[in-house]
Amino acid sequence: MPTYLDFEKPIAALEGKIEELRHLDTGGDINIAEEVSKLQAKADRLLSQAYGKLTPWDKVQVARHPDRPHAIDCIDHLIEDFTPLAGDRAFSEDAAILGGLGRFRRRSVMVIGNEKGSDTESRVRRNFGMARPEGYRKARRLMKLADQFQLPVITLVDTAGAYPGIGAEERGQAEAIARSIEACMTLRVPIVSAIVGEGGSGGAIALAGADRVLMMEHAVYSVISPEGCASILWRSGDAAKQAAEALRLTAQDLLKMKVIDRIIDEPMGGAHRQRNVAMDALGDAIAEALDEVIGIDGGTLRAMRREKFLEMGKTPLD
Amino acid sequence: MNWLTNFVRPRIRALVGKQGVPDNLWHKCTACEQMIFHRELSANLYVCTHCGHHMRMSAKDRLAMMFDGDSTQTIELPETIDDPLKFRDQKRYGDRLKEARAKTGINDAILVAHGEIGGIPAVIAAFDFRFMGGSMGTAVGDGLIAAARLAILQDAPLIVFPSSGGARMQEGILALMQMTRSTIAVQEIREAGLPYIVVLTDPTTGGVSASFAMLGDISIAEPGAIIGFAGARVIESTIHETLPEGFQRAEYLLEHGMIDMVVPRHELRDTLIRVLDLLRNRNPAAEVVALPKSEAAADDQGNPAPEL
Repeated sequence: MPTYLDFEKPIAALEGKIEELRHLDTGGDINIAEEVSKLQAKADRLLSQAYGKLTPWDKVQVARHPDRPHAIDCIDHLIEDFTPLAGDRAFSEDAAILGGLGRFRRRSVMVIGNEKGSDTESRVRRNFGMARPEGYRKARRLMKLADQFQLPVITLVDTAGAYPGIGAEERGQAEAIARSIEACMTLRVPIVSAIVGEGGSGGAIALAGADRVLMMEHAVYSVISPEGCASILWRSGDAAKQAAEALRLTAQDLLKMKVIDRIIDEPMGGAHRQRNVAMDALGDAIAEALDEVIGIDGGTLRAMRREKFLEMGKTPLD
Repeated sequence: MNWLTNFVRPRIRALVGKQGVPDNLWHKCTACEQMIFHRELSANLYVCTHCGHHMRMSAKDRLAMMFDGDSTQTIELPETIDDPLKFRDQKRYGDRLKEARAKTGINDAILVAHGEIGGIPAVIAAFDFRFMGGSMGTAVGDGLIAAARLAILQDAPLIVFPSSGGARMQEGILALMQMTRSTIAVQEIREAGLPYIVVLTDPTTGGVSASFAMLGDISIAEPGAIIGFAGARVIESTIHETLPEGFQRAEYLLEHGMIDMVVPRHELRDTLIRVLDLLRNRNPAAEVVALPKSEAAADDQGNPAPEL
């Protein structure tokens, strides 16, 4: 049973009907196939209409869709010989951030990604993708390792944010994020980031200081969740929809501001409807981005990366 | 009461109100709630004379407190685009900026100055919490970059005094990008071999703590300062537990190994002077003995000494 978002309700109704018809035993009197294809065309039309005019708040829902491909799916689909590496060498392993060596289109790479989990067990184990300091320290360790062995780094960003907890604070959540940002800006090897779902605040930027920042068409990337922003500035969580508009968190707005470098098109109806198509597009975009930066001398590459971030904020939205 | 409030009070105000009396001669300590005369409070560096609570200071007062005499030179910061997102919540961000500027007399939440501290040239960037909670947007990020570059130009250490709730939401993603930009500023200072000292003051949270503020070569905090990533309320509502005593206070961070020291405001200047002096190590470890001229001019192979 697929999950339907609020704005997909009319499509859900149609697709339900199609399913019903398909299972109907009619004895061959009515031409079901014709009816089904008619309904299917209508459903497709509705879907393309709905996804053609998603509001920022709709996109927040799509980005959080439970069936959306997560980092672990992208790694399964795109990386051969993936060899996970664990632990921060100081306190513990943090399953909210996944990382390891692997081969991406014949190249050895280091892959690091936020992983939210896909069922109750894995969600709990991965803390819903909200990393503790150990996760960021592991990310930093793996980035340094990549630098040591001249391996390009690919990061897949998909998190609501860093975990707000007592232990996380005690063990230096802020410092861990700061060091991870610093590591991104220190690398002499290429780093390409893709915001695949939710790019939530400090927890996201810790992994997204990249030579090329790519973003899926319906992903969101923001300084604070719309709900958090609404509760602070509107003093009501109900204003989340307005906050989503005001924050300009869509890939389309972020490209205009030159905060991201490229938008990766999603299949009709979002990445969750045709996961493999979406992940292939992601793979192609990452490969192209890597091709652009591989071969540039390490010092130059790092200087260019810093310069790119220093230039941000000088391009107004309009 | 109507007659009193509507008629008598405005009259009395009109009579006495024009004598140039500051409207807040007395300050209430935010911790013990005792009243303190404003002159006494500023003479005591905004530390409560009753309970020792360290109150927030304006950036201007902070600079005046740190630098020697009148050596302070505040620099002009680069102009940035106001309200890049045309952000509007219950109020326009543009209006909030105007109000904050009128209230504080400064352009954004940071001041950058150079001068001498105990005779040592230094650059200081100080946050002003009164300006939208010291929040970090592009102007603040630019201020930190300018401060780092000024320090490099002057071959001087950089000292930053954050006092900030975090990133400025009204600048959306561009506020988040300041975490990276301010980190680059720190890297520039570090690569130039200059000391970078952070004095964490109340409060240092959110995106500010998770970037440049936690990257100091030396991390000092003022007593009682709230320092952390997530806000206490957010944590409580996430984990549904009461937070431990002293949670996210400077002393708590010291105990957990996150900072080097907690220094009371009265000792801060002397501590910084000592730390800077030790880090610079300008006095050679051994006495310098001049080489005879012939040896100094050529090495073993008879090559002439390289020009320095």
